[in-house]
Amino acid sequence: MMLRGLWKLTWIEIKVFLREPLGAIGTIGVPVLLFVVLGRVTNHKLAPSSFPGGGLSGAGLPVLVSLLIAISAVLSLVTIISIYREGGILKRLRATPLRPYTILTAHVIVKLMLTAATLALMLMAGRRYFPAGVNVPWFSFTIALLISTWSILSVGFLIASIVPTARFAQPIGAVILYPMIAVSGLFVPVEALPPALHAVARALPLTYAVNLLKGIWNGDRWFTHMGDVAAMTVSFLFCTVLSAKVFRWE
Amino acid sequence: MPPVIQISGVRKTYGSTVAVEEASFEVNEGEIFGLIGPNGAGKTTTMECIEGLRKPDRGAIAVLGLDPFRQVYKLQERIGVQLQQAQLQKRIKVWEAVDLWASLYRKKAVDGERLLEQLGLSDKRGSWFMNLSGGQKQRLFIALALINDPEVVFLDELTTGLDPQARCAIWDLVRGIRERGKTVFLTTHLMEEAERLCDRVAIMEHGRIIDIDTPEGLVARHCPERTVVLDTENATAKELFQQISGVESVTCIDKRFTIGGRGDDFVTEVIHCLSENRIRVTDFRTILPNLEDVFLKLTGRSIRE
Repeated sequence: MMLRGLWKLTWIEIKVFLREPLGAIGTIGVPVLLFVVLGRVTNHKLAPSSFPGGGLSGAGLPVLVSLLIAISAVLSLVTIISIYREGGILKRLRATPLRPYTILTAHVIVKLMLTAATLALMLMAGRRYFPAGVNVPWFSFTIALLISTWSILSVGFLIASIVPTARFAQPIGAVILYPMIAVSGLFVPVEALPPALHAVARALPLTYAVNLLKGIWNGDRWFTHMGDVAAMTVSFLFCTVLSAKVFRWE
Repeated sequence: MPPVIQISGVRKTYGSTVAVEEASFEVNEGEIFGLIGPNGAGKTTTMECIEGLRKPDRGAIAVLGLDPFRQVYKLQERIGVQLQQAQLQKRIKVWEAVDLWASLYRKKAVDGERLLEQLGLSDKRGSWFMNLSGGQKQRLFIALALINDPEVVFLDELTTGLDPQARCAIWDLVRGIRERGKTVFLTTHLMEEAERLCDRVAIMEHGRIIDIDTPEGLVARHCPERTVVLDTENATAKELFQQISGVESVTCIDKRFTIGGRGDDFVTEVIHCLSENRIRVTDFRTILPNLEDVFLKLTGRSIRE
């Protein structure tokens, strides 16, 4: 019964999202385009990389774009939740036998599907920019990105719990999430960061996401990254418990 | 038959603001019960406590024999709710909303298409929520409140912001809900709405229930004054009018008399006096007090203030 409600709600949220004038283009199109354009530029100038772990060569570009996909999904979730709260949609749904967490689960499913779809498009569009001969484990990479997104989504819920109004949701989310990329080890290895930033990086799920995504893209086995998965799970649990305490339905 | 809704001693505060000071009343099966009062009186808070959306600080509430807070999911299966100023997803279609709501309940939902037809929304079934008019949105919310064939329907400020024509249409719909044997609990700050729609009303102000009765009962109890205005050229009329039983005042400006008195029989007495003395009148009308006057009397202020 609850599964029927969850499925219906998820399906409707997908349709509603696709009807948004800039929704699909902005969220799916922009990262793919970015990947293709940057791929074209870097492929000719930077690859193969002489700076392993740095720059946009090798795994750098796909990981960066993947993170952008994840973050844009999270920002869209933060915005939607705050709009729904402001408009009383969350409250109206809560006045039915639907369990509150079902409402949030539906949104998480929609965002994960969106992330997977964007990634698939990116991989297809980017085929010709991959270094020749490298066999990208696309299935593992997709799973890795979904785990990362799921973990960042919980940060999104925390942000959605505290933003005062829908107007501020997008900017506040962006200000919190995008700088996380800078210290995530994508551009500069975490070890090379100043000690203070080093500690910050260790506390953020994005750092582990970068490590996992890079590793999987380069063909690492899953068991070598169990630490990253565990760290993201801890961060997910922490954020979820915290937002369950402070989340406002209206 | 036990009351459908029973609340006693309910109190609810938000921080230092007391939203509901003390509320106690019962709602019987099959009636339209209205909670009336100005904005900020505590009506919505009271209603949301009864719906299980808020937990009162103290007091007891039973709806259909259930505790709305502990047994909220059981209760929500059996009630229908329309919230004040609620929205839906901007781009959800009318039929999708009805279809979604139908899937949220354990028991079999009523036929959504028929419901839309009854509410005059059939030709809007493919429209996005954001493109509906205010009246259409309210009718959709009524449809969602009725989709699970509930035993009690809650309507919070249902016609606020609607034009008079849409308002009358909604009133007919609410009467239709009662005719299907359901209990309706509504809040309104429109006295006319309460008077024309409700079987019984509770007047609420500053978080307290001031009085409860049928609209007629409240008027009879608090505002027994009756006023008759008539035009006559009969010079002796004033003295005759002053002898009518129950009369309190007789004023005359030009040929127009304003006769004030009290009691249910007062108007009859005036007519009797006119016919007995063969007084020729060229105009005759009565001014009867209404809930608006009751509210003014009970609170010392107009509900519109």
